[in-house]
Amino acid sequence: MPRSTLVLLQAVLLFAGSAEANKVFVSNERGNSVTVLDSQSWEVIATFPAGNRPRGITISPDGTELYVCASDDDTVRVFDPETYKELHTLPSGPDPELFALNPAGNPLYIANEDDNLVTVVDVKTRQVLAEVPVGVEPEGVAVSPDAKTLINTSETTNMAHFIDTSTYKIVHNVLVDQRPRYAEFTADGKKLYVSAEIGGTVSVIDVSKAEPTIEKKISFAVPGVLPEWLQPVGIKATKDGSRIFVALGPANRVAVIDGATDEVLDYLLVGQRVWQMAFTPGEEFLITTNGNSNDVSIIDVKSQKVIRSVQVGEQPWGVVVTPH
Amino acid sequence: MSNLSLALAVFWVAMLVGSPLRATEVKTAVLRIDRVVGPPISRLDAPPADLGFAGAMLGNEDNRTTGAFTGMDYTLKTQAVAPDKAAATLDALKAEGIGLVAVIAEGEILKALSDRAGPEVLLLNAGARDETLRDADCRANVLHVSPSRSMLSDSIVQFLMWKKWSRILLIHGSHPEDRLLADSYRRSAAKFGAKIVEEREFVDTGGARRADTGHVMVQKQIPVFTQAAEDYDVIIAADEAGVFAPYLPYHTWNPRPVAGSAGLRPVSWHAAHESWGATQFQGRFEKLTGRNMREEDYQAWLAMRVIGEAVTRSGKADPATVRAYALSADFELAAFKGQKLTFRPWNGQLRQPILLTDGRVTVSVSPQDGYLHQHSPLDTLGIDAPETACHAFGG
Repeated sequence: MPRSTLVLLQAVLLFAGSAEANKVFVSNERGNSVTVLDSQSWEVIATFPAGNRPRGITISPDGTELYVCASDDDTVRVFDPETYKELHTLPSGPDPELFALNPAGNPLYIANEDDNLVTVVDVKTRQVLAEVPVGVEPEGVAVSPDAKTLINTSETTNMAHFIDTSTYKIVHNVLVDQRPRYAEFTADGKKLYVSAEIGGTVSVIDVSKAEPTIEKKISFAVPGVLPEWLQPVGIKATKDGSRIFVALGPANRVAVIDGATDEVLDYLLVGQRVWQMAFTPGEEFLITTNGNSNDVSIIDVKSQKVIRSVQVGEQPWGVVVTPH
Repeated sequence: MSNLSLALAVFWVAMLVGSPLRATEVKTAVLRIDRVVGPPISRLDAPPADLGFAGAMLGNEDNRTTGAFTGMDYTLKTQAVAPDKAAATLDALKAEGIGLVAVIAEGEILKALSDRAGPEVLLLNAGARDETLRDADCRANVLHVSPSRSMLSDSIVQFLMWKKWSRILLIHGSHPEDRLLADSYRRSAAKFGAKIVEEREFVDTGGARRADTGHVMVQKQIPVFTQAAEDYDVIIAADEAGVFAPYLPYHTWNPRPVAGSAGLRPVSWHAAHESWGATQFQGRFEKLTGRNMREEDYQAWLAMRVIGEAVTRSGKADPATVRAYALSADFELAAFKGQKLTFRPWNGQLRQPILLTDGRVTVSVSPQDGYLHQHSPLDTLGIDAPETACHAFGG
């Protein structure tokens, strides 16, 4: 940490506003690979095979293990983020699509789309700790900042399931709009955003009280884009909660939302069929995966402008950035 | 079937053990009316014994998984009977307290069933394509999850116009349903500005279509049949009876593509479709049934999911509430077609994109880009509100 802080400090001093270089890992669903970008030059620095149909991708808090859902291999593959060598695999249950790591780095919570389950895996012992039955076609997974609550969204049941991480029991079910894809907590743990791809809305759920309640449903409108194509998928909230970014799928836009009012401020044009997103650690940049144009768009968070796009592999799906 | 039933029974018992004590029961059924017909031209099209039922079982299983969280206990009964047993079977279902019934039957039979059922039963049409059931002969107790003929013919003609293949040779069969389909194509051509340059009728003379030397006869007869037509871009085959259309591709006198009942076909579903999460959906169906999903299966799944959504959102399971919720502005259904499906409140028809397939892949999906509508592009497919003769829905 001290070394990287120093590097960051120098970078800030020397290049006023430019960021530390991190590695950006992009899973390519049809390319069966992971593309590695440098977050300063935005050049592709490596591409490596990642199994069949890689989708969900995340990294350990210490940056030493990269996890990839190899959906058609029914496993999670673990890679060394330095050498890109596969270290081992984790038992994931069938068809893992998306997952979330406990903030402490262990365990890993995996949505098994085909089997209506969330599988909990210890990443150290590589053992399955629990299987939690949820609704039909589980997809989005999120862990509350205090790690006490696990959220899973089920695409055909149309619910956000609230699971107690100590008992692995469902404690609440909140019905949202059609085909919920992704869930994102604010860093203070008070709000939960859930996107409904076919419903075309993002539900803002107040999770600060005993019973979670939908406070508001955010809907979207872009001149010249048919409402049917405004399909919210990935969501990212800044740490201070002031901005929420929502990827709008085939609308090729990312919506910028004011975290205080939950009103849409702007729409940023990105590549085709924008799916998932990730911030660089200092939140200088937001990277979006664009599945149909086979590229990623880089958004400058402060100016809310798309600064460039970079070609990656075939059908980019997920993205994660090294923490330091 | 027995393996499937057993698997489902085990599943149900497992779910019941874990469910709250007194769940609200949601009783549904699929009633399929089978007429004895000859074998299809292609043996690949022979209907499986559980046609439609398998899709309903998947839909019911989806509903049951959700119901475990909402305190709703869904049950499904499936019955296949001959036309002369249709009425008695419906009566028996009613007597059992089943008021939510998906029907896979010909239009005339569905109409008779809807008149018999009364307002206390909600029928979901998962089979018949007849326009009149959505129009002058519409009934308040029928919702249509199956697309109509005009939705299918519009979806093909929109694509042909996008291709700029606007000169059509229409070849229709001699059966009543073939003539209705031909009417639908004439209407679609006029609606979107295509020109039917010539029409021919392929008369069903009851020939031995699957004789050993059938292909030899076809190779000689079809070129002659399609010879000396006005100059055209594409053939549209209207052959709902399944007598001749699959013989047209490659045998036409002029090298022209075929659409409609063969070649490029408009369907509610096909087993190769992968977009919009369909891959997982197909996988779940295949795991449950061991075969590919057919249109009737998709439509029966839709019927169950319409019921499931209406029950989940309204919290009630009686047919009147399900009907009212389905027709309300609040209803929407995700069904692996890239956008939400909703009902046309003036005639109870489910709006839905139509897949255009060559049998191997999804060639295109209608409505085509650029066909706009003040309410929804999906309403560019089929009879629209201003033209409707349906008055059973308060219109």
